Amino acid sequence: MINKLKNPFRNGLGQLTIPLIAIIILVVFNLIRDPSFFGIEIIQNNDGNNVLSGNLISIINGASELAILAMGMTLVTAACGGQDISVGAAAAIAGSAFVKILKSGDSISGGKVLLAFLFACVVAMLFGAFNGTLVAVFKIQPMIATLILYTCGRSIAYWINGGATPTVTSPIINAIGSFIPGIPVPTPVLIVVIVGVIFKLVFRLTSLEIFTQSVGINGSAARLNGINSTFIKLLSFIILGVCVAISGSIGVSRLGLINHETLLLDVEMDTILAVAIGGNNLGGGKFKVGGSIIGAYVIQMLTITLYAMKVSSTDVKAYKAIVIVLLVVIGSPVVKAKFEKYMSQLRAKKAAVNTKGADQS
Amino acid sequence: MKRAKTLVLAVVLVLSLVLCACAKDSGDKKGSSGNDNAGTTNTSSGPIKVGVVNNPPSESGYREANVKDMEAVFSKANGYDLKTAYSLKNDDQLQAAQGFITEGVDYLLISAAETTGWDDVLKKAKEAGIKVFLFDRMIDVDESLYEAAVVSDMAKEGETAVKWLLDQNLSEYNVIHIQGAMGSDAQIGRTGALDEQFASKKMNKVVQQTATWDEAEAKKIVESVINSKASFNVIYAENDGMAKGAVAALDDAGITHGVDGQVIVMGFDCNKWALRELLAGKWNYDGQCSPFQAQIISDIIQGKKTVTSKKIINEEKGFDAKSLTQADIDNYGLGE
Repeated sequence: MINKLKNPFRNGLGQLTIPLIAIIILVVFNLIRDPSFFGIEIIQNNDGNNVLSGNLISIINGASELAILAMGMTLVTAACGGQDISVGAAAAIAGSAFVKILKSGDSISGGKVLLAFLFACVVAMLFGAFNGTLVAVFKIQPMIATLILYTCGRSIAYWINGGATPTVTSPIINAIGSFIPGIPVPTPVLIVVIVGVIFKLVFRLTSLEIFTQSVGINGSAARLNGINSTFIKLLSFIILGVCVAISGSIGVSRLGLINHETLLLDVEMDTILAVAIGGNNLGGGKFKVGGSIIGAYVIQMLTITLYAMKVSSTDVKAYKAIVIVLLVVIGSPVVKAKFEKYMSQLRAKKAAVNTKGADQS
Repeated sequence: MKRAKTLVLAVVLVLSLVLCACAKDSGDKKGSSGNDNAGTTNTSSGPIKVGVVNNPPSESGYREANVKDMEAVFSKANGYDLKTAYSLKNDDQLQAAQGFITEGVDYLLISAAETTGWDDVLKKAKEAGIKVFLFDRMIDVDESLYEAAVVSDMAKEGETAVKWLLDQNLSEYNVIHIQGAMGSDAQIGRTGALDEQFASKKMNKVVQQTATWDEAEAKKIVESVINSKASFNVIYAENDGMAKGAVAALDDAGITHGVDGQVIVMGFDCNKWALRELLAGKWNYDGQCSPFQAQIISDIIQGKKTVTSKKIINEEKGFDAKSLTQADIDNYGLGE
């Protein structure tokens, strides 16, 4: 009982401590800097809808693609003990596939958008399966295996559509990328919620979570217990593929344009960071998807904060790096162990003082 | 032992087959060029051999149009024999140029990935009597090593745009300036003229950020300005994609733009889709960055145009939404 009270870091939030503290620090920092920073207002956009607006909305909305990718990346990380660095390039391919279907024929109907999205999913799942096969069957290190697609992915995306920046204009695409008429919350945010709920349901209804963990902790032990670890690893890459397709399609819908060179550029690094900030072990094993989602919002909040401070966007990356180094170091096992040791010493001292006090009285 | 022998035999066989094929191939080529000779009776020396070293069409919409233009102008029908090599890497480009020299082309056209390292190759070309043209990008070599350089003047593009903006006679200019990848030719050129206005206080810099040609990043930059409640009435984006990103942020925030709008939107590159935005009155200005250098070079080769200065600036326009016509889009728009 006493132990529980005295060591909140071990028994309280556990894995989520670091990302939550990071968010709190960022929130407090912004409130001190500019009390109106998180102000939200309702305005009328150019399509005549009443929509929410403000920095907080920008943060939550802007992190959508990152959050979705981070969910998938968490699974890959947990199962394979490595990361997929090709998600940005794969998203460019999926986005191009999405645009390819949209641009066939004249008008864009709801059914066509759905078809285009499903096609993007299939394409991204195939590329995910390609990565997954290299990792699970041929036992190539994930970073090396996915380096292939990282290198050639954006060229493949170019081949799909030819032109450098094909555009698609349609009210439906606009609704997916910004706002559905009558709903003041940006659609990408709603999509994140839906994807998150699906993840939660899958974990609830299937044994995927426990299987993934056991494969990540010890693949051969899992196999001896009847878990097909090759399949679980492959599956994690295919699920990430679906996440990639969703993110790519959102990215395209936001602007009604695909630039295969810049769509979700450098997102792979942010995604891996989100997983790391979320307190997940990058070497595989136990994981919390929720942590990665919070990690994604931490990264986006950091970016928006820096923009609001008018830091030049060339410098933003450097400032981001400083904060992230701090977060990762504070979250590292060495610092955690030191901290716990210090806390127990403090406790011992207090106990000693207490007993002394008791003796004197 | 016997196995080794058969292996060697097999290798020799394969090699000789390959060699035969090569020889046959080149023979065929000679044959076909001979046929061409017969076809074009007025030229005694056969088609003019042109080797083009360029960046790959996948680089950008600009490059795609550039490559297509080269292929259209230096076509067989126009009396040319075109050979092309595309790479983003200077080393690959140097090798390709070397290859064209060995092959014996008449003219070598180069848009270099980097400005340095071309001395030796161009000297070799000169010794071999091959005439060199530079297009789109300059190279750091002595002028005597090339016939002419047909290039865009990015600084002039910026000046044209800023002059247009000044002509709008706004009571005040509060500008959001979204820059391209820092250090690129296009960024330096298009930034220069605007920076002068900021320095002389004629225009007020609300924010100046690079989005490194990334549409989504441009949207974030504009969003952060809107959230900070700073007032602005001009968006000067250094390419069309970033202008589109900026406009998306305006649309979300309910700020009108374009002709009769609260905010003036300016872009560069003249993609067809961007010019259509102009025609619809949603944007105000688009600056051209012309990828059409082939015709000028062809005219010089055929003696229709004489070179007075080695550096030939490709004429570039700026389009105003109020005077743009569909014909302009068809003639000058890039892509689809």
